[in-house]
Amino acid sequence: MRHTPRQRLGWSGAFLIIAVCSLVPVLWIIFLSLKTPATATDGSFIPHAWTLSNYSDIFNEGIFTSALRNSIGIALIATALAVVFASAAAYAIARLNFPGKQLILSVSLAVVVFPQVSLVGPLYNLWRTIGLYDTWPGLIIPYMTFALPLSIFVLSSFFREIPWELEQAAQIDGATPFQAFRKVIAPLATPGIVTTFIIVFIICWNDFIFAISLTSTTRAETVPAAIAQFPGASQFTQPIGDIAAAAVVVTIPVMILVLLFQRRIVSGLTAGAVKG
Amino acid sequence: MAEIVLEHVTKRYGDGYEAVKDMNLDVADGEFMILVGPSGCGKSTALRMVAGLEDITDGELKIGGKVVNDRAPKDRDIAMVFQNYALYPHMTVAENMGFALKLAKTPQQEIDQKVNDAAQILDLQEHLNRKPANLSGGQRQRVAMGRAIVRNPSAFLMDEPLSNLDAKLRVQMRAEISRIQQRFETTTIYVTHDQTEALTLGDRIAVMRAGALQQVGSPNELYTRPNNLFVAGFIGSPSMNFLPGEIDGDQVKLPIGTVRIPDTLRQRLQAGPGGGRSGVIVGLRPEDFEDASLVSDRDRGIAFTAKIDVLESMGSEFYAYFTVESERVSSQELEELAHDAGAADLPTQEGSQLVARLDAASQVRQGQETELWFKSEHLHMFDPETGKSLLGSTDRGGRTSAPAAPPQTAQSPQPAEPTSGTQQQSGGTKLPPPDTAR
Repeated sequence: MRHTPRQRLGWSGAFLIIAVCSLVPVLWIIFLSLKTPATATDGSFIPHAWTLSNYSDIFNEGIFTSALRNSIGIALIATALAVVFASAAAYAIARLNFPGKQLILSVSLAVVVFPQVSLVGPLYNLWRTIGLYDTWPGLIIPYMTFALPLSIFVLSSFFREIPWELEQAAQIDGATPFQAFRKVIAPLATPGIVTTFIIVFIICWNDFIFAISLTSTTRAETVPAAIAQFPGASQFTQPIGDIAAAAVVVTIPVMILVLLFQRRIVSGLTAGAVKG
Repeated sequence: MAEIVLEHVTKRYGDGYEAVKDMNLDVADGEFMILVGPSGCGKSTALRMVAGLEDITDGELKIGGKVVNDRAPKDRDIAMVFQNYALYPHMTVAENMGFALKLAKTPQQEIDQKVNDAAQILDLQEHLNRKPANLSGGQRQRVAMGRAIVRNPSAFLMDEPLSNLDAKLRVQMRAEISRIQQRFETTTIYVTHDQTEALTLGDRIAVMRAGALQQVGSPNELYTRPNNLFVAGFIGSPSMNFLPGEIDGDQVKLPIGTVRIPDTLRQRLQAGPGGGRSGVIVGLRPEDFEDASLVSDRDRGIAFTAKIDVLESMGSEFYAYFTVESERVSSQELEELAHDAGAADLPTQEGSQLVARLDAASQVRQGQETELWFKSEHLHMFDPETGKSLLGSTDRGGRTSAPAAPPQTAQSPQPAEPTSGTQQQSGGTKLPPPDTAR
């Protein structure tokens, strides 16, 4: 494709605007995290006084490190469970014809659009009664539940792409249904499984509503909830720098995850299975 | 090594549709059996029932003498080659071929040995460490074959394995498959919709239509003694010409002239089920026509003039298309065939369109009135209502069987003979050249 200089200019301008719009908030929060508490509210974009004390502060306070540990643990466990259950369900939906298949899909779609806020109150009471309040399972269960429908949706479309014949070939080669799934279908669905894993992980990682409502102490508080509880350096200073530093730190795992698996997500692993 | 026996095998779907109707078929040990028919005739379903990928609604399937209806595919000791190869894309060629052995917990050393042997037979040694995505269509096809032969199963099942290859490669692989099958002498069921493949590969061919077996026999038998209009029209390329005919004593009146029925044919007609029927559909193979100027002994047939509409030169011969004024013969079976060939979409012409295969020495020109001649010895006659052949068998008792025939007796595989002894030398039955794909 060849572009006239005018077109090129237009496109470059558009790209530039998009890049600026998406990068400025990120840069702004990074710079904010590098300001001293005194200059945090001076309104300048680039800090006048640079400091790393915000970062050392948050790691020295127990509240952030324990929240980080909770976040990683809860998000990983919830995601892993959701992906395992969703693969089984999605595989059945993609491969089998059973009564109520459409119903399951549409109900799971309904769950995705269901407002989570409306569940927080009942859950709070329920968890308090049965003793799940402020525990890891207390967050893992709702995360997994809300992640499942989306995972089933994404995974079933990936499984549908895998040719039926591959599985039949495996059956004829002597594989049991589970072997066929583990040795043939699952490796081929890896891009789908990884994609789902990342999506679900980000959803769990970023959740605020459940985290703030169903936890109260460092036992199970995740980072988004903990940030809101940050104390200032003194009673009269706002913990703006600490919050910014914490925000930067929690972004890093997600970024690493995405960069790590980017190739996996994009790669078309099924190429060459069948003709065409 | 095993024989495969289908007894009254039926496939009925939930909505009552019968894909395979009461199928009886014996495939002898080591035999190369072809299931052929137009798309949707149930041939693939039948094969998949043998493989165990489809449940059998009714009837019994025996492999090696044991009823295997309820056995999983993996317990049937069969290998299958799929139409789209179904290679595992995340495994190398060697892993693909060794997968079955690995699942069977064969020691790695033995797997390597067997994979290497198979690779040698299929000329795949250099590609053992490549992934299927990096192979050409023909190579993928060979890997699929390799995956089947590595296991040394009791039967090969092949579901249109060549239909994804281009025409030239298909002819090569056809020879390759034939070679492999002869080398291993493994019972093979091969599904195809291509009658040329069927004629060239099979020890025996089973022609199917709408879920029912039409005729089972050697390629030569199907070609020279088709049971009914469907088999007659399906086997052979270009396909058989059909004209309405009127039998009057020892003559049959055709739109192109009245011809005396040869004695041998008359005997078969008397032995057949037609009785004294006079209105018939007459079938004429394209190769029974000839340019009249090239025929010295005209008494064995009749000459007539026709205007050649289209002349196709094949190099070794001509295909001459011409129209004869007559009522068009109509039969459900012929319409189905025409539909399958896509001819139903062509504009309908007046009269009957015929095709003749003429010698390359012929001087015919397109658009010219030409005198043609046809030989009366190989006329086929069919009942216009039932479509069944009216010719009984005088030399081989009871081989012509009706569609719902009792189980075919197992027959030791015989190589296809292109010409049978009863035919004369000049313009004798020519089987279609192997490279004319339908």
